[in-house]
Amino acid sequence: MSVVRTVFMYQLRDLVRSKWLVAYALFFFAAAEGLLRYGGDGSKALLSLATIVLFVVPLVTIVYGTVYLYQSREFTELLLAQPVRRGHLFIGLYLGITLALTLGVIAGIAIPFLVHRGFGDPVLRGAFGTLAFVAAALTCIFTAIACVIALKCEDRLRGLGAAIATWLAVALVYDGLVLILVAAFGDYPLERSVLAAMLANPVDLARVLMLLRFDNAALMGYTGAVFQRFFSGTGAFVAVAALLAWVGAPVYIGSRAFRRKDF
Amino acid sequence: MITIDRLTKRFGEVTVLKSLSLAVADGRVTAIVGPNAAGKTTLMKSIVGLTRPDSGSIMVDRVRVNGDERYRAGLGYMPQIARFPDNMTASELLALARDLRSGGAYPMTLDEELVERFDIASFARKPLRTLSGGTRQKVNAALAFLFSPSLLMLDEPTAGLDPVASSALKDKILKARAEHRTVLVTSHVMSELEELADDVVLLVDGEVRFSGSIHSLKGSTRQTTLERAVANMLSSRPVAA
Repeated sequence: MSVVRTVFMYQLRDLVRSKWLVAYALFFFAAAEGLLRYGGDGSKALLSLATIVLFVVPLVTIVYGTVYLYQSREFTELLLAQPVRRGHLFIGLYLGITLALTLGVIAGIAIPFLVHRGFGDPVLRGAFGTLAFVAAALTCIFTAIACVIALKCEDRLRGLGAAIATWLAVALVYDGLVLILVAAFGDYPLERSVLAAMLANPVDLARVLMLLRFDNAALMGYTGAVFQRFFSGTGAFVAVAALLAWVGAPVYIGSRAFRRKDF
Repeated sequence: MITIDRLTKRFGEVTVLKSLSLAVADGRVTAIVGPNAAGKTTLMKSIVGLTRPDSGSIMVDRVRVNGDERYRAGLGYMPQIARFPDNMTASELLALARDLRSGGAYPMTLDEELVERFDIASFARKPLRTLSGGTRQKVNAALAFLFSPSLLMLDEPTAGLDPVASSALKDKILKARAEHRTVLVTSHVMSELEELADDVVLLVDGEVRFSGSIHSLKGSTRQTTLERAVANMLSSRPVAA
Protein backbone atom coordinates (compact mmCIF):
# COMPACT_ATOMS: atom_id res chain seq x y z
CA MET A 1 0.00 0.00 0.00
CA SER A 2 3.00 2.27 0.29
CA VAL A 3 2.71 2.79 -3.47
CA VAL A 4 -0.75 4.28 -2.96
CA ARG A 5 0.60 6.65 -0.34
CA THR A 6 3.62 7.68 -2.39
CA VAL A 7 1.62 8.38 -5.57
CA PHE A 8 -1.07 10.13 -3.58
CA MET A 9 1.33 12.43 -1.76
CA TYR A 10 3.17 13.43 -4.93
CA GLN A 11 -0.03 14.12 -6.76
CA LEU A 12 -1.45 16.13 -3.95
CA ARG A 13 1.68 18.24 -3.87
CA ASP A 14 1.53 18.68 -7.64
CA LEU A 15 -2.15 19.66 -7.64
CA VAL A 16 -2.01 22.04 -4.70
CA ARG A 17 0.42 24.15 -6.72
CA SER A 18 -1.81 24.16 -9.78
CA LYS A 19 -3.25 27.57 -10.56
CA TRP A 20 -6.56 26.03 -11.55
CA LEU A 21 -7.02 24.54 -8.14
CA VAL A 22 -6.11 27.82 -6.49
CA ALA A 23 -8.65 29.59 -8.71
CA TYR A 24 -11.24 27.00 -7.73
CA ALA A 25 -10.64 27.60 -4.02
CA LEU A 26 -10.63 31.38 -4.55
CA PHE A 27 -13.96 31.18 -6.37
CA PHE A 28 -15.61 29.53 -3.37
CA PHE A 29 -13.82 31.90 -1.05
CA ALA A 30 -15.19 34.90 -2.96
CA ALA A 31 -18.69 33.41 -3.11
CA ALA A 32 -18.76 32.62 0.60
CA GLU A 33 -17.25 35.96 1.54
CA GLY A 34 -19.71 37.89 -0.63
CA LEU A 35 -22.73 35.98 0.61
CA LEU A 36 -21.73 36.39 4.24
CA ARG A 37 -21.15 40.08 3.79
CA TYR A 38 -24.26 40.94 1.79
CA GLY A 39 -26.47 37.90 1.93
CA GLY A 40 -28.07 38.23 5.36
CA ASP A 41 -27.67 35.80 8.23
CA GLY A 42 -25.39 32.79 8.29
CA SER A 43 -27.91 30.12 7.43
CA LYS A 44 -29.29 32.07 4.48
CA ALA A 45 -25.79 32.60 3.16
CA LEU A 46 -25.07 28.93 3.66
CA LEU A 47 -28.18 27.95 1.71
CA SER A 48 -27.20 30.17 -1.23
CA LEU A 49 -23.70 28.79 -1.01
CA ALA A 50 -25.11 25.26 -1.10
CA THR A 51 -26.86 26.07 -4.38
CA ILE A 52 -23.56 27.24 -5.85
CA VAL A 53 -21.73 24.18 -4.52
CA LEU A 54 -24.32 21.80 -5.99
CA PHE A 55 -23.98 23.47 -9.35
CA VAL A 56 -20.27 24.20 -9.60
CA VAL A 57 -18.60 21.29 -7.78
CA PRO A 58 -19.89 18.55 -10.12
CA LEU A 59 -19.08 20.64 -13.21
CA VAL A 60 -15.55 21.62 -12.24
CA THR A 61 -14.74 18.23 -10.75
CA ILE A 62 -15.82 16.20 -13.75
CA VAL A 63 -14.20 18.53 -16.30
CA TYR A 64 -10.99 19.12 -14.36
CA GLY A 65 -10.75 15.45 -13.42
CA THR A 66 -11.09 14.35 -17.03
CA VAL A 67 -8.59 16.89 -18.34
CA TYR A 68 -6.12 16.13 -15.56
CA LEU A 69 -6.26 12.40 -16.21
CA TYR A 70 -5.66 12.92 -19.91
CA GLN A 71 -2.74 15.18 -19.10
CA SER A 72 -1.18 12.70 -16.72
CA ARG A 73 -1.35 9.91 -19.26
CA GLU A 74 2.38 9.94 -20.02
CA PHE A 75 3.16 10.25 -16.35
CA THR A 76 0.98 7.22 -15.67
CA GLU A 77 2.96 5.32 -18.30
CA LEU A 78 6.13 6.34 -16.58
CA LEU A 79 4.89 5.10 -13.22
CA LEU A 80 3.64 1.88 -14.77
CA ALA A 81 7.16 1.16 -15.96
CA GLN A 82 8.18 1.07 -12.30
CA PRO A 83 7.51 -1.97 -10.13
CA VAL A 84 4.03 -0.73 -9.26
CA ARG A 85 0.78 -2.64 -9.21
CA ARG A 86 -1.85 -1.07 -11.44
CA GLY A 87 -4.64 -1.26 -8.88
CA HIS A 88 -2.53 0.58 -6.31
CA LEU A 89 -1.55 3.23 -8.81
CA PHE A 90 -5.18 3.86 -9.72
CA ILE A 91 -6.23 4.30 -6.10
CA GLY A 92 -3.29 6.65 -5.52
CA LEU A 93 -4.19 8.75 -8.57
CA TYR A 94 -7.87 8.85 -7.67
CA LEU A 95 -7.30 9.80 -4.04
CA GLY A 96 -4.81 12.49 -5.05
CA ILE A 97 -7.23 14.32 -7.37
CA THR A 98 -10.19 13.81 -5.06
CA LEU A 99 -8.49 15.07 -1.96
CA ALA A 100 -6.95 18.09 -3.71
CA LEU A 101 -10.32 19.16 -5.12
CA THR A 102 -12.08 18.51 -1.81
CA LEU A 103 -9.51 20.62 0.03
CA GLY A 104 -9.98 23.37 -2.55
CA VAL A 105 -13.73 23.70 -2.07
CA ILE A 106 -13.78 23.17 1.68
CA ALA A 107 -10.93 25.62 2.35
CA GLY A 108 -12.69 28.12 0.08
CA ILE A 109 -15.96 28.03 1.98
CA ALA A 110 -14.61 27.44 5.47
CA ILE A 111 -12.22 30.39 5.75
CA PRO A 112 -14.86 33.16 5.37
CA PHE A 113 -17.11 31.38 7.86
CA LEU A 114 -14.30 31.13 10.37
CA VAL A 115 -13.37 34.77 9.90
CA HIS A 116 -16.88 36.23 9.99
CA ARG A 117 -18.98 34.15 12.28
CA GLY A 118 -16.88 31.56 13.90
CA PHE A 119 -18.71 28.35 14.45
CA GLY A 120 -20.39 29.29 17.73
CA ASP A 121 -23.93 28.57 16.59
CA PRO A 122 -24.46 24.78 16.72
CA VAL A 123 -27.20 24.83 14.04
CA LEU A 124 -24.93 26.72 11.69
CA ARG A 125 -22.11 24.35 12.55
CA GLY A 126 -24.27 21.35 11.72
CA ALA A 127 -25.43 22.89 8.47
CA PHE A 128 -21.86 23.76 7.53
CA GLY A 129 -20.85 20.19 8.33
CA THR A 130 -23.53 18.87 5.98
CA LEU A 131 -22.44 21.26 3.25
CA ALA A 132 -18.83 20.14 3.65
CA PHE A 133 -19.90 16.50 3.56
CA VAL A 134 -22.01 17.07 0.46
CA ALA A 135 -19.17 18.94 -1.29
CA ALA A 136 -16.73 16.13 -0.46
CA ALA A 137 -19.17 13.41 -1.58
CA LEU A 138 -19.90 15.17 -4.88
CA THR A 139 -16.16 15.59 -5.47
CA CYS A 140 -15.56 11.87 -4.85
CA ILE A 141 -18.42 10.90 -7.16
CA PHE A 142 -17.62 13.17 -10.07
CA THR A 143 -13.87 12.52 -9.96
CA ALA A 144 -14.65 8.82 -10.15
CA ILE A 145 -16.95 9.40 -13.13
CA ALA A 146 -14.20 11.51 -14.72
CA CYS A 147 -11.83 8.55 -14.28
CA VAL A 148 -14.23 6.24 -16.05
CA ILE A 149 -14.68 8.70 -18.93
CA ALA A 150 -10.96 9.41 -19.34
CA LEU A 151 -10.10 5.70 -19.26
CA LYS A 152 -12.82 4.49 -21.60
CA CYS A 153 -12.53 7.31 -24.11
CA GLU A 154 -9.26 7.54 -26.04
CA ASP A 155 -10.20 10.74 -27.86
CA ARG A 156 -9.66 13.67 -25.51
CA LEU A 157 -12.16 15.97 -27.16
CA ARG A 158 -14.84 13.33 -27.08
CA GLY A 159 -13.99 12.59 -23.45
CA LEU A 160 -14.38 16.23 -22.55
CA GLY A 161 -17.69 16.28 -24.40
CA ALA A 162 -18.84 13.22 -22.49
CA ALA A 163 -17.86 14.89 -19.21
CA ILE A 164 -19.86 18.02 -19.96
CA ALA A 165 -22.80 15.98 -21.27
CA THR A 166 -22.81 13.90 -18.08
CA TRP A 167 -22.86 17.04 -15.98
CA LEU A 168 -25.69 18.56 -18.05
CA ALA A 169 -27.68 15.35 -17.73
CA VAL A 170 -27.28 15.03 -13.97
CA ALA A 171 -27.44 18.68 -12.99
CA LEU A 172 -30.05 20.07 -15.38
CA VAL A 173 -31.82 17.65 -17.70
CA TYR A 174 -32.63 15.11 -15.01
CA ASP A 175 -34.50 17.65 -12.88
CA GLY A 176 -36.39 18.85 -15.91
CA LEU A 177 -37.52 15.34 -16.72
CA VAL A 178 -38.59 14.69 -13.14
CA LEU A 179 -40.56 17.96 -13.14
CA ILE A 180 -42.29 17.06 -16.38
CA LEU A 181 -43.23 13.67 -14.95
CA VAL A 182 -44.54 15.26 -11.77
CA ALA A 183 -46.56 17.80 -13.76
CA ALA A 184 -47.96 15.17 -16.09
CA PHE A 185 -48.86 12.65 -13.43
CA GLY A 186 -49.65 15.10 -10.64
CA ASP A 187 -52.97 13.40 -9.95
CA TYR A 188 -51.30 10.17 -8.94
CA PRO A 189 -49.41 9.43 -5.73
CA LEU A 190 -45.88 9.99 -6.93
CA GLU A 191 -43.94 10.35 -3.71
CA ARG A 192 -42.26 6.98 -3.89
CA SER A 193 -41.25 7.29 -7.53
CA VAL A 194 -39.93 10.80 -7.00
CA LEU A 195 -38.05 9.56 -3.97
CA ALA A 196 -36.53 6.80 -6.06
CA ALA A 197 -35.67 9.31 -8.78
CA MET A 198 -33.87 11.46 -6.22
CA LEU A 199 -31.83 8.53 -4.94
CA ALA A 200 -30.77 7.73 -8.48
CA ASN A 201 -29.16 11.15 -9.02
CA PRO A 202 -26.26 12.18 -6.77
CA VAL A 203 -26.85 15.91 -7.28
CA ASP A 204 -30.51 15.62 -6.29
CA LEU A 205 -29.58 13.48 -3.35
CA ALA A 206 -27.07 16.06 -2.19
CA ARG A 207 -29.60 18.84 -2.68
CA VAL A 208 -32.25 17.07 -0.60
CA LEU A 209 -29.77 16.30 2.16
CA MET A 210 -28.84 19.97 2.19
CA LEU A 211 -32.36 21.37 2.13
CA LEU A 212 -33.55 19.15 4.93
CA ARG A 213 -30.75 20.52 7.07
CA PHE A 214 -32.26 23.98 6.85
CA ASP A 215 -35.80 22.99 7.76
CA ASN A 216 -36.88 24.36 4.45
CA ALA A 217 -38.49 21.10 3.51
CA ALA A 218 -41.91 22.66 4.02
CA LEU A 219 -41.14 24.90 1.04
CA MET A 220 -41.00 21.82 -1.10
CA GLY A 221 -44.66 21.13 -0.47
CA TYR A 222 -46.22 17.78 0.06
CA THR A 223 -43.31 15.81 -1.35
CA GLY A 224 -41.03 17.79 0.91
CA ALA A 225 -42.92 16.45 3.88
CA VAL A 226 -42.60 12.93 2.50
CA PHE A 227 -38.86 13.42 2.17
CA GLN A 228 -38.58 14.82 5.63
CA ARG A 229 -40.34 11.78 7.03
CA PHE A 230 -38.17 9.52 4.90
CA PHE A 231 -34.86 11.21 5.65
CA SER A 232 -35.37 11.63 9.37
CA GLY A 233 -35.69 7.90 9.93
CA THR A 234 -33.78 5.11 8.27
CA GLY A 235 -33.99 7.24 5.14
CA ALA A 236 -30.91 9.21 6.14
CA PHE A 237 -28.95 5.97 6.12
CA VAL A 238 -30.42 5.05 2.76
CA ALA A 239 -29.47 8.46 1.39
CA VAL A 240 -25.90 8.26 2.67
CA ALA A 241 -25.64 4.68 1.44
CA ALA A 242 -26.87 5.79 -1.98
CA LEU A 243 -24.21 8.49 -2.06
CA LEU A 244 -21.54 5.97 -1.09
CA ALA A 245 -22.78 3.62 -3.80
CA TRP A 246 -22.42 6.53 -6.21
CA VAL A 247 -18.78 6.77 -5.18
CA GLY A 248 -18.14 3.02 -5.12
CA ALA A 249 -19.61 2.06 -8.49
CA PRO A 250 -17.54 4.40 -10.70
CA VAL A 251 -14.41 3.78 -8.62
CA TYR A 252 -14.85 0.05 -9.20
CA ILE A 253 -15.52 0.46 -12.93
CA GLY A 254 -12.60 2.88 -13.24
CA SER A 255 -10.23 0.56 -11.41
CA ARG A 256 -11.23 -2.36 -13.63
CA ALA A 257 -10.75 -0.27 -16.76
CA PHE A 258 -7.38 0.93 -15.48
CA ARG A 259 -6.15 -2.58 -14.83
CA ARG A 260 -7.08 -3.69 -18.34
CA LYS A 261 -6.10 -0.61 -20.27
CA ASP A 262 -3.40 -0.40 -22.90
CA PHE A 263 -1.19 2.57 -22.20
CA MET B 1 16.45 -13.48 -21.68
CA ILE B 2 13.18 -12.37 -23.25
CA THR B 3 11.08 -14.99 -24.95
CA ILE B 4 8.01 -13.96 -26.85
CA ASP B 5 5.65 -16.64 -28.05
CA ARG B 6 2.95 -15.99 -30.65
CA LEU B 7 2.14 -12.52 -29.36
CA THR B 8 -0.91 -10.93 -30.94
CA LYS B 9 -2.19 -7.45 -30.23
CA ARG B 10 -5.14 -5.70 -31.84
CA PHE B 11 -6.21 -2.10 -31.51
CA GLY B 12 -9.80 -2.11 -32.70
CA GLU B 13 -9.74 -3.25 -36.30
CA VAL B 14 -5.99 -3.06 -36.69
CA THR B 15 -3.80 -6.02 -35.78
CA VAL B 16 -0.53 -4.42 -34.74
CA LEU B 17 1.37 -7.57 -33.72
CA LYS B 18 0.58 -10.74 -35.63
CA SER B 19 1.46 -13.90 -33.73
CA LEU B 20 4.96 -12.60 -33.20
CA SER B 21 7.61 -14.92 -31.76
CA LEU B 22 11.03 -13.69 -30.78
CA ALA B 23 13.94 -14.43 -28.47
CA VAL B 24 16.21 -11.66 -27.23
CA ALA B 25 19.60 -12.74 -25.92
CA ASP B 26 21.07 -11.57 -22.63
CA GLY B 27 24.01 -9.21 -22.47
CA ARG B 28 23.58 -7.90 -25.99
CA VAL B 29 22.19 -4.78 -27.57
CA THR B 30 19.25 -5.62 -29.79
CA ALA B 31 17.92 -3.04 -32.20
CA ILE B 32 14.28 -3.13 -33.23
CA VAL B 33 13.87 -1.55 -36.62
CA GLY B 34 11.13 -1.32 -39.16
CA PRO B 35 9.00 1.13 -41.11
CA ASN B 36 6.58 3.43 -39.34
CA ALA B 37 3.62 1.64 -37.77
CA ALA B 38 5.42 -1.72 -37.88
CA GLY B 39 4.65 -2.29 -34.21
CA LYS B 40 8.00 -1.39 -32.64
CA THR B 41 6.60 0.73 -29.83
CA THR B 42 3.74 -1.69 -29.19
CA LEU B 43 6.26 -4.52 -28.87
CA MET B 44 8.30 -2.46 -26.40
CA LYS B 45 5.23 -1.51 -24.42
CA SER B 46 4.07 -5.12 -24.32
CA ILE B 47 7.35 -6.19 -22.74
CA VAL B 48 7.11 -3.38 -20.19
CA GLY B 49 3.53 -4.46 -19.49
CA LEU B 50 1.90 -1.22 -20.59
CA THR B 51 -0.19 -2.88 -23.25
CA ARG B 52 -1.92 -6.17 -22.64
CA PRO B 53 -1.59 -8.89 -25.27
CA ASP B 54 -4.72 -10.37 -26.82
CA SER B 55 -2.99 -13.73 -27.02
CA GLY B 56 0.46 -15.22 -26.71
CA SER B 57 2.95 -14.83 -23.92
CA ILE B 58 6.02 -12.85 -22.96
CA MET B 59 8.60 -14.22 -20.54
CA VAL B 60 11.27 -11.98 -19.03
CA ASP B 61 13.87 -14.11 -17.27
CA ARG B 62 11.36 -16.94 -17.06
CA VAL B 63 8.77 -14.72 -15.36
CA ARG B 64 5.59 -14.32 -17.36
CA VAL B 65 4.53 -10.74 -18.01
CA ASN B 66 0.93 -10.79 -16.88
CA GLY B 67 0.39 -8.06 -14.35
CA ASP B 68 2.88 -9.08 -11.68
CA GLU B 69 4.86 -5.90 -11.25
CA ARG B 70 8.00 -7.24 -9.58
CA TYR B 71 10.05 -8.00 -12.71
CA ARG B 72 9.95 -4.29 -13.51
CA ALA B 73 12.27 -3.64 -10.58
CA GLY B 74 15.06 -4.82 -12.90
CA LEU B 75 13.79 -2.97 -15.95
CA GLY B 76 14.61 0.53 -17.10
CA TYR B 77 12.20 1.98 -19.64
CA MET B 78 12.69 5.13 -21.62
CA PRO B 79 9.49 6.01 -23.49
CA GLN B 80 9.47 7.90 -26.74
CA ILE B 81 7.77 11.01 -25.39
CA ALA B 82 8.94 12.51 -22.14
CA ARG B 83 5.98 14.28 -20.61
CA PHE B 84 5.56 14.86 -16.91
CA PRO B 85 3.03 16.55 -14.64
CA ASP B 86 2.99 20.33 -15.09
CA ASN B 87 4.46 21.40 -11.80
CA MET B 88 6.74 18.51 -10.99
CA THR B 89 10.49 19.09 -10.89
CA ALA B 90 13.22 16.65 -11.94
CA SER B 91 14.41 16.13 -8.38
CA GLU B 92 10.86 15.31 -7.30
CA LEU B 93 10.48 12.87 -10.16
CA LEU B 94 13.68 11.02 -9.31
CA ALA B 95 12.74 11.00 -5.63
CA LEU B 96 9.29 9.67 -6.53
CA ALA B 97 10.79 6.77 -8.46
CA ARG B 98 13.04 6.05 -5.50
CA ASP B 99 10.14 6.17 -3.02
CA LEU B 100 8.08 3.81 -5.17
CA ARG B 101 10.85 1.24 -4.98
CA SER B 102 11.82 1.66 -1.37
CA GLY B 103 8.19 0.98 -0.40
CA GLY B 104 8.32 -2.32 -2.25
CA ALA B 105 11.65 -3.14 -0.59
CA TYR B 106 13.47 -3.66 -3.88
CA PRO B 107 17.24 -3.71 -3.82
CA MET B 108 18.53 -0.33 -4.89
CA THR B 109 21.86 0.13 -6.52
CA LEU B 110 21.73 3.71 -7.72
CA ASP B 111 23.57 4.59 -10.89
CA GLU B 112 23.72 8.36 -11.11
CA GLU B 113 26.26 8.60 -13.89
CA LEU B 114 23.78 10.09 -16.37
CA VAL B 115 22.32 12.39 -13.72
CA GLU B 116 25.81 13.81 -13.36
CA ARG B 117 26.82 13.82 -17.02
CA PHE B 118 23.60 15.58 -18.04
CA ASP B 119 24.10 17.97 -15.13
CA ILE B 120 20.53 17.45 -14.03
CA ALA B 121 21.28 19.22 -10.74
CA SER B 122 21.48 22.51 -12.64
CA PHE B 123 17.77 22.41 -13.53
CA ALA B 124 16.49 19.92 -10.96
CA ARG B 125 14.40 22.51 -9.11
CA LYS B 126 12.64 23.95 -12.14
CA PRO B 127 9.21 22.65 -13.13
CA LEU B 128 9.67 20.11 -15.92
CA ARG B 129 7.08 21.91 -18.04
CA THR B 130 9.42 24.89 -18.39
CA LEU B 131 12.28 22.75 -19.74
CA SER B 132 12.91 22.09 -23.42
CA GLY B 133 12.00 18.77 -25.00
CA GLY B 134 15.61 17.68 -25.18
CA THR B 135 16.22 18.53 -21.54
CA ARG B 136 13.18 16.51 -20.52
CA GLN B 137 14.53 13.66 -22.60
CA LYS B 138 17.72 13.80 -20.51
CA VAL B 139 15.65 13.37 -17.35
CA ASN B 140 13.86 10.50 -19.05
CA ALA B 141 17.16 8.79 -19.87
CA ALA B 142 18.67 9.36 -16.43
CA LEU B 143 15.58 7.81 -14.86
CA ALA B 144 15.77 4.72 -17.08
CA PHE B 145 19.35 4.04 -15.96
CA LEU B 146 18.92 5.15 -12.35
CA PHE B 147 18.32 1.78 -10.71
CA SER B 148 21.05 -0.16 -12.56
CA PRO B 149 18.48 -2.30 -14.38
CA SER B 150 19.54 -5.59 -15.94
CA LEU B 151 17.17 -4.94 -18.85
CA LEU B 152 17.00 -1.59 -20.63
CA MET B 153 14.18 -0.71 -22.98
CA LEU B 154 14.91 2.46 -24.93
CA ASP B 155 12.36 3.79 -27.40
CA GLU B 156 13.99 6.33 -29.72
CA PRO B 157 16.42 7.31 -26.96
CA THR B 158 18.48 9.92 -28.78
CA ALA B 159 15.58 11.75 -30.47
CA GLY B 160 15.78 15.39 -29.44
CA LEU B 161 19.12 15.12 -27.66
CA ASP B 162 22.00 17.39 -28.59
CA PRO B 163 25.21 15.71 -29.85
CA VAL B 164 26.94 15.89 -26.47
CA ALA B 165 24.05 14.32 -24.59
CA SER B 166 23.44 11.85 -27.37
CA SER B 167 27.01 10.56 -27.27
CA ALA B 168 26.96 10.43 -23.48
CA LEU B 169 23.87 8.26 -23.71
CA LYS B 170 25.47 6.03 -26.33
CA ASP B 171 28.54 5.62 -24.14
CA LYS B 172 26.23 4.57 -21.36
CA ILE B 173 24.49 2.02 -23.55
CA LEU B 174 27.80 0.49 -24.58
CA LYS B 175 28.90 0.44 -20.97
CA ALA B 176 25.71 -1.38 -20.01
CA ARG B 177 26.52 -4.00 -22.61
CA ALA B 178 30.06 -4.33 -21.28
CA GLU B 179 28.47 -5.02 -17.89
CA HIS B 180 26.51 -7.83 -19.52
CA ARG B 181 23.17 -6.10 -19.30
CA THR B 182 20.49 -6.52 -21.95
CA VAL B 183 19.46 -3.54 -24.04
CA LEU B 184 16.53 -3.25 -26.43
CA VAL B 185 16.56 -0.12 -28.51
CA THR B 186 14.46 1.34 -31.31
CA SER B 187 15.60 4.11 -33.58
CA HIS B 188 15.14 5.43 -37.05
CA VAL B 189 18.77 6.39 -37.29
CA MET B 190 20.46 3.28 -38.71
CA SER B 191 24.00 4.60 -38.42
CA GLU B 192 23.42 5.03 -34.70
CA LEU B 193 22.16 1.47 -34.33
CA GLU B 194 25.10 0.20 -36.32
CA GLU B 195 27.33 1.80 -33.71
CA LEU B 196 25.41 0.34 -30.75
CA ALA B 197 23.71 -2.90 -31.62
CA ASP B 198 24.83 -6.50 -31.92
CA ASP B 199 21.55 -7.94 -33.09
CA VAL B 200 18.77 -6.56 -35.18
CA VAL B 201 15.07 -7.41 -35.31
CA LEU B 202 13.30 -6.17 -38.40
CA LEU B 203 9.57 -5.74 -37.88
CA VAL B 204 7.23 -5.31 -40.82
CA ASP B 205 3.48 -5.08 -40.32
CA GLY B 206 3.64 -6.70 -36.91
CA GLU B 207 5.70 -9.65 -38.03
CA VAL B 208 9.38 -10.44 -37.65
CA ARG B 209 10.99 -10.22 -41.09
CA PHE B 210 14.51 -10.78 -39.80
CA SER B 211 16.08 -11.57 -36.47
CA GLY B 212 19.81 -12.14 -36.04
CA SER B 213 23.12 -10.39 -35.81
CA ILE B 214 23.78 -7.24 -37.80
CA HIS B 215 26.70 -9.04 -39.34
CA SER B 216 24.54 -11.85 -40.73
CA LEU B 217 21.95 -9.34 -42.00
CA LYS B 218 24.62 -7.51 -43.95
CA GLY B 219 26.01 -10.81 -45.20
CA SER B 220 22.70 -12.20 -46.40
CA THR B 221 21.79 -8.98 -48.19
CA ARG B 222 25.37 -8.38 -49.44
CA GLN B 223 25.31 -4.79 -48.20
CA THR B 224 27.94 -2.89 -46.28
CA THR B 225 25.80 -0.66 -44.09
CA LEU B 226 22.84 -1.49 -41.86
CA GLU B 227 20.71 1.14 -43.56
CA ARG B 228 21.20 -0.38 -46.98
CA ALA B 229 20.78 -3.89 -45.63
CA VAL B 230 17.45 -3.00 -44.03
CA ALA B 231 16.28 -1.13 -47.12
CA ASN B 232 17.26 -4.12 -49.22
CA MET B 233 15.36 -6.43 -46.89
CA LEU B 234 12.26 -4.25 -47.02
CA SER B 235 12.17 -4.14 -50.79
CA SER B 236 12.66 -7.87 -51.26
CA ARG B 237 10.80 -11.04 -50.38
CA PRO B 238 11.13 -12.49 -46.86
CA VAL B 239 14.37 -14.36 -46.26
CA ALA B 240 14.81 -17.09 -43.70
CA ALA B 241 17.36 -15.94 -41.18
